[in-house]
Amino acid sequence: MLRHALRIAWKDLRIEVRSKEIFMTVAFFGALLVVIYSFAFQDKSAIRAAVPGMLWVALAFTGTISLGRAFDRERENDTMRALLLAPVPRLSVFIGKAIAMGLLNLGVAVIIVPLLALWLNAPLFAYPLELAGIVIAGSFGIAIVGSVFAATLLKARSRDVLLPVVLYPILLPLFVAGTKCTAALVAVNPDLDIAHYWMDFVGIYDAAFLVLSLWVFESLVIE
Amino acid sequence: MGRLDRVLVEKVAKRYGTERALAGVSLELVRGTMCALLGHNGAGKTTLLGVVSTLVRPNTGSVTYRSGEVKLKGEAVRREIGLLAHASLCYGELSAIENLELVAGLYGITASVTAVLDQVGLEPRARERAARTYSRGMLQRLALARALLTKPSLLLLDEPFTGLDRGGALTLGEQLGGLKADGTIVVVVTHDLEAIAGRTDHVAILKRGKLVCEERSDLSYSYDQLKDLYHRNAA
Amino acid sequence: MKKLIVPILCILGAIGFVASVYLVFFNAPLEYAIDKDTGRLVGTSLFFNQKIYFFHVPHAILLFVAVFVAGISSIMYLWKHDLAWDDIAAGTVDISVAFGAAVLATGSIWAKAAWDVWWQWEPRLTMSLLLWLILVGYALVRKFAGPSADRVAAGMAIFGMVGVPFIYTMVGHDSHPASGLNGVVATQGAAMRPAFWMSFATFTCWFTALVITRVQGTRAEREVRELRERALDLGVIE
Repeated sequence: MLRHALRIAWKDLRIEVRSKEIFMTVAFFGALLVVIYSFAFQDKSAIRAAVPGMLWVALAFTGTISLGRAFDRERENDTMRALLLAPVPRLSVFIGKAIAMGLLNLGVAVIIVPLLALWLNAPLFAYPLELAGIVIAGSFGIAIVGSVFAATLLKARSRDVLLPVVLYPILLPLFVAGTKCTAALVAVNPDLDIAHYWMDFVGIYDAAFLVLSLWVFESLVIE
Repeated sequence: MGRLDRVLVEKVAKRYGTERALAGVSLELVRGTMCALLGHNGAGKTTLLGVVSTLVRPNTGSVTYRSGEVKLKGEAVRREIGLLAHASLCYGELSAIENLELVAGLYGITASVTAVLDQVGLEPRARERAARTYSRGMLQRLALARALLTKPSLLLLDEPFTGLDRGGALTLGEQLGGLKADGTIVVVVTHDLEAIAGRTDHVAILKRGKLVCEERSDLSYSYDQLKDLYHRNAA
Repeated sequence: MKKLIVPILCILGAIGFVASVYLVFFNAPLEYAIDKDTGRLVGTSLFFNQKIYFFHVPHAILLFVAVFVAGISSIMYLWKHDLAWDDIAAGTVDISVAFGAAVLATGSIWAKAAWDVWWQWEPRLTMSLLLWLILVGYALVRKFAGPSADRVAAGMAIFGMVGVPFIYTMVGHDSHPASGLNGVVATQGAAMRPAFWMSFATFTCWFTALVITRVQGTRAEREVRELRERALDLGVIE
């Protein structure tokens, strides 16, 4: 099963590397968000406190757009049907997609984080290991939950707006935990204990939803 | 690997929300036959094809796949199913060879993919190019290659002749005839009666989700016979 | 028996409502505290405004329960493919969206009276809002997703339910009256108890009656549709 999942993930990554369509457009979108944020706060001292939130709002938006676009690709030539028809466990389709989306989200984060640090003078890299940890966990959390629903919504009406409508209430704990963790890392007096607490939180969240997704994926995706 | 001899569809019903797509449809598909699934748009043909291909779960009823005395399930069944639709089922960013290699990997096929590309007549120069650069005719050939590569014993075709010129339709019709002769179960959903005339030996007509006509013949149905059946039943 | 359950619940609810009103306004003591030293009223005394508590807390608890009922019904639906489970999930959510709006509104009123702000991002209110958002999301999906709405909604209910413990942990505990074993409900004075539980029982009756009615309505619609289809098939109607 894992072999097929990796095969599917590799296929997605190869397509993305070749066209770079999603990566470039979404990363640019993320950069624009950072620019908008900087103008949204007139009070410069307030900005520093808002940076953790900005980061996770940006990751939320870019994550949802990437998911929408990546699964749209599977709609174009009905390739999702082909994948589900293949004699491989249907869960490997899910795992493959989740891996690819997680890596894509991470790629976009790699662009957004330094931009935030640079343009808003935020000490995001004070604790690089912790930051990397929470961003990776967050990226894959979004990918896992997002892949389930993006696949389920593939044939639905209004799927563009319904994807965030469905995802955000469910992902909210992840976004909040990410924000609180990042806030603890960039604060004037950083608190590593709090940061680790929220990292554990996201870790458990990812694990719980991964198990749930593996359990219900096939029921949700097959009509 | 077990090749399918018979597919038994028993009292299959399917609703989508408030719409009834299929109501108590029963049908038997036998090896070495070509079944024409006819009906107006919205009659339930695509849904029935979806159920037979395991992609749609019926609300009631069941589909049994037999290989000899053995009933096949799950991945073993999917291994034997091939699909040709008006969408190409291929990734535009990948080349023909890459698309087929992906399929080969998923289906566990070790044979070379170039052979089947030769068979459908996709010129060698195009095989390394991204599929989105292909013309409609080339895409059709790639889609067919994809369907044939896995040597399915149940080949399902959903409006395969749309967009093909007369020559292309005839060629595809011939290839299907050949597959049928080899023992493949072929099921075609189409409005193009000319393309399947002379090869179809099993006709099933759906109207508003119900099977209103089902006939078999030892001789194939001619174009006029098909037209007559269609007008008498589908309207 | 089935036919009677809604009227029975309604009558119980009506009786309960009258009893609750009596108990809340005439039986339960006014909440206030006198500072021992100065003999004056303590600043956080709420007096009459505290009565909202009897309406607000039962609604909030029911909201919580609603998410779980929707989640579990959705799991059963995906497992058994029996539409009855889907009806329960959808019916519960529909009613809960309205009830949830009531919680948030009454919570706002109480907050204005007690703390002079219409809204505060504190644990209980935040949690109610988030639960309500999950339910609203479900309702929107049901309405707008088209033919696959039942599956997407079921997924959302299940994922939402699994998210509840995470939401709970995340909101933390701040200025809202404490919850759990030390919570307001458990430690409320014995004098408050009759009013509180009567009120809770009343709203549970109303809620259940509404959900059952909604589910019955959905089933009736489905039956009419199926009859119509059969008639069309037989050629009885055009």
